[in-house]
Amino acid sequence: MSTRQFGARVERNIDPKLLRGEGAFVDDIPLPDALHVAFLRSPHARARIVAIDTSAAKRYPGVAAIYTSDDIGALDVEMPLLIPHPSMKNPKTQRPLARGDVHYVGQTVAMVVAVDRYTAEDAAALIEVEYAPLPLEMDLTKALTDDAPLVHADVPNNLAAHFVQTSGNPDDAFARAEHVTRITVQVDRSTAAPMECRAVAARWDAVSGELTVWDGTQTPISVRGGLASVFELDEDKVRVIAPDVGGGFGQKVLLFYPDELLVPMAAMRLGRPVKYIEDRRENFLGSSQERTQIHTIELAALRTGEVIGLRDFFLHDTGAFIPYGIAVAQVASTSIAGPYRIPNILVEFKAVYTPTVQVTPYRGCGRPQACFAIERAMDQLAEELGLDRFEIRRRNLIEESQFPYAREGLLFADGLKVTLDSGRYGKALAMAAAELGAENFAAEQAKARAEGRYLGLGLACYVEGTGLGPYEGGHVKIHPITGKVYVNTGLSTQGQGHDTVFAQIVADQLGVSPQDVIVVEGDTKAFEWGVATFASRAAVVSGNAIHKTAIIVRNKVIEAAANMLDVDPDQIELRDSAAWVKGSNRFAPLAAIATASNPLRYAFNKAAQAATQFAPASKHDGPPLADGQAPGLEATDYYSPSRSTWAYGVHGAIIEVDPGLCTVKIRKYVCIHDCGNMINPMIVEGQVLGGIAQGIGGALYEHLDYQADGNLANASLMDFLVPYATEIPNVSILHLETPTPLNPLGVKGVGEAGCIAVGAVVASGVEDALRPFGALKFHQVPLSPNMISRALEAVGC
Amino acid sequence: MARTMRAAIPDRSADPEVDVSMTVNGEAVSRTVSVRMLLSDFLRHELGLTGTHVGCEHGVCGCCTVLIDGRAGRSCLTLAVQANGYDIRTIESVAAADGTLHPVQQAFKECHGLQCGYCTPGMVMNIVARFEEPGKLDLSDEGIRDLLSGNLCRCTGYLNIIAAVRRAAELLGRA
Repeated sequence: MSTRQFGARVERNIDPKLLRGEGAFVDDIPLPDALHVAFLRSPHARARIVAIDTSAAKRYPGVAAIYTSDDIGALDVEMPLLIPHPSMKNPKTQRPLARGDVHYVGQTVAMVVAVDRYTAEDAAALIEVEYAPLPLEMDLTKALTDDAPLVHADVPNNLAAHFVQTSGNPDDAFARAEHVTRITVQVDRSTAAPMECRAVAARWDAVSGELTVWDGTQTPISVRGGLASVFELDEDKVRVIAPDVGGGFGQKVLLFYPDELLVPMAAMRLGRPVKYIEDRRENFLGSSQERTQIHTIELAALRTGEVIGLRDFFLHDTGAFIPYGIAVAQVASTSIAGPYRIPNILVEFKAVYTPTVQVTPYRGCGRPQACFAIERAMDQLAEELGLDRFEIRRRNLIEESQFPYAREGLLFADGLKVTLDSGRYGKALAMAAAELGAENFAAEQAKARAEGRYLGLGLACYVEGTGLGPYEGGHVKIHPITGKVYVNTGLSTQGQGHDTVFAQIVADQLGVSPQDVIVVEGDTKAFEWGVATFASRAAVVSGNAIHKTAIIVRNKVIEAAANMLDVDPDQIELRDSAAWVKGSNRFAPLAAIATASNPLRYAFNKAAQAATQFAPASKHDGPPLADGQAPGLEATDYYSPSRSTWAYGVHGAIIEVDPGLCTVKIRKYVCIHDCGNMINPMIVEGQVLGGIAQGIGGALYEHLDYQADGNLANASLMDFLVPYATEIPNVSILHLETPTPLNPLGVKGVGEAGCIAVGAVVASGVEDALRPFGALKFHQVPLSPNMISRALEAVGC
Repeated sequence: MARTMRAAIPDRSADPEVDVSMTVNGEAVSRTVSVRMLLSDFLRHELGLTGTHVGCEHGVCGCCTVLIDGRAGRSCLTLAVQANGYDIRTIESVAAADGTLHPVQQAFKECHGLQCGYCTPGMVMNIVARFEEPGKLDLSDEGIRDLLSGNLCRCTGYLNIIAAVRRAAELLGRA
């Protein structure tokens, strides 16, 4: 047999193209005669639009069209609420262009279409808008009070959603508790900041009646459905292509952004291709953000450290609109107990409207916040009970024998009961302790302190529900001419290496090299059934769909090859792009088998001669294709997970704090990680490392600085501090591979894993480092030098 | 949708134009362009060399890095007219004509130094510029981080890029 590809560090198929500069991102698609879009955006967080005058802008040379809400016809409605949920009363979504009120700085007010972007921006600056500013409240807690200014006049107290979930009997647990610890923690607002901002281009073909849209989206199939619906076109007449996409991290899963509707509209109205390439400032102002939550969490414990109950109440900032429903808050609330048994849980949240751009998932999607809350609470509990931080976790982790571990009463983001399916949590914790050198750390710490250096050990465990449904599909076809294998699925990729991991899965079934498997996704004309790339689900859901499909094709190949080579099917083995009779030199190449499986009239090449009507092997005793038989070697199948599968891990770090400069330096970072069977460890490590870097950003640097008037003061990469290589320490990753029983490949998702625990690790480590100055508390991330300075000042240092 | 009359659409802006000539990837090019056209737009949209990417348009992310007379420079902070008479090299010139990857590109592939690939051309151009300078390379953890400190990557967490720089030095006999 060929070497097994599943599990191998296969280099990526897509890399040569990207490295040579031959990638095709939306703005790279050549569209002759394209017109370009710029938006006029609101400079006010809350205001009433009194008047808009576009006359000067319309006269500006090079302008093709200007649209306000009055000019967009049927599009002037609130955009879809993607995930309805009964906890939301009067859920608000925005219109493509503001009508009446504006609700955040950056909201789109008018759209200019011009010969180039420079001209479009000039014209946007010439549009005169008269605003009557309205009062506003940026503070999440104050926004809920009775006299707070409202983001939406008809939503009292700015309350977007209120939801309570209970598992077990938390009241009883708190009544039985021998110790209760309580802590309030906060995670601040951040943004995905993908290196490629969002981009949409559209071409309307009036002759064929087809609309083609290139959209850097994570969900082209959903965008197609939405566009067909909005423009009242047959779905088959709308093609949405997500070409190469420069990172997404959740920000590109939302639909619709205003441009995703308005650009196709303009292309249809003007009869010319139209492009909108978001710039970096717009990405900060107009594309989704996440993270702000304030949790007050209580743990009910026995003196042994066993946690028997958890109560968490949190506020979730949803921005001015809630198009993605309560997904972020729901994921946070269902991840709140982490990897711990904690059998009794009450978790309640209020989602609050604030006059800021909408909040929808950003890598992690509520998990970093939940992890920060539970892990900081566990640290505090350990301290209060005089227990070691590793020990208190060890006493509470779900044990291997306890899986599957259900949390009755908690529904995950897929609408199904939270059930942690598998893992070796205790082993992961032990590995982290060993890799960190935890046993000897106290001595190391003491020695450093004697030298005037402040070292701390940070620690956090996390879980990640991955691989959400509803389903994905796979199509696998062996091409009769080249013998190469073509694979399609309904996802799109933003750099995760789908084309390689899916190729590895197929290669094992068909005995071909992964380089001969060509994966095409992100194009509704290539595969039109499926959902999207989000929630660490691609490998789990599409991976298993493609695996199932490849097995069907494998069986077809074996059956056809057995006929051609005149042996029993169990005598056939597949390797080196051919079917071989075991223990012999007899073989048939896959291309030949595919050709022979397709009865032909025309011999368009030499191989094809074998499949034509007068060739020796052709059938003459019935129809060339038997009833129910299909030509070629291909299949389509689907995988729909029974429920999410839960990955987990333990992160730790040795952190040095300079109490003079109030700076934090990560000296050593350790990640123990288990995502079940790894299809490609190199790609898994890449995902984890990238996540950790984003986590470090979120833990120490990335803070969207909204002013009291709702303006974002750091809407640039100069001021919003995404880490460079200089901020990222070396990381040691150790893998555990505990296969999930829930799917045939035994895989769990990994996309979001890296970022979840980092904030908790850093805060834990900084507290530990500064312990000689007193019991300083760090309950908020990003953890800035100012916070350290204030904490030190508070204890008189 | 019913067929509608084609709208009257202007075909040009009122921007003053200027003739620019430069050498791009070894070839002499001349175009007449708006005086305010960025070099990045000139390369991408006038010449169709879309491998140079634009990530921030304020000189922070490094995606748009090209070589200007052999030195790494930000094409998003350079006007096309400023590049008049200069020798420009873009990512499209790095691999061999038959597509064989340059050692720096090969190292990125071997070390999984890229994910979405959007920052990659700028990273590669910056590294190539450094490798073309004479003298000893500082391949310490700190030295490589310093070399990469003008390029943002949001996918990889940089460590594989650091490994790729070391691997490239090996492949080029510069280790």
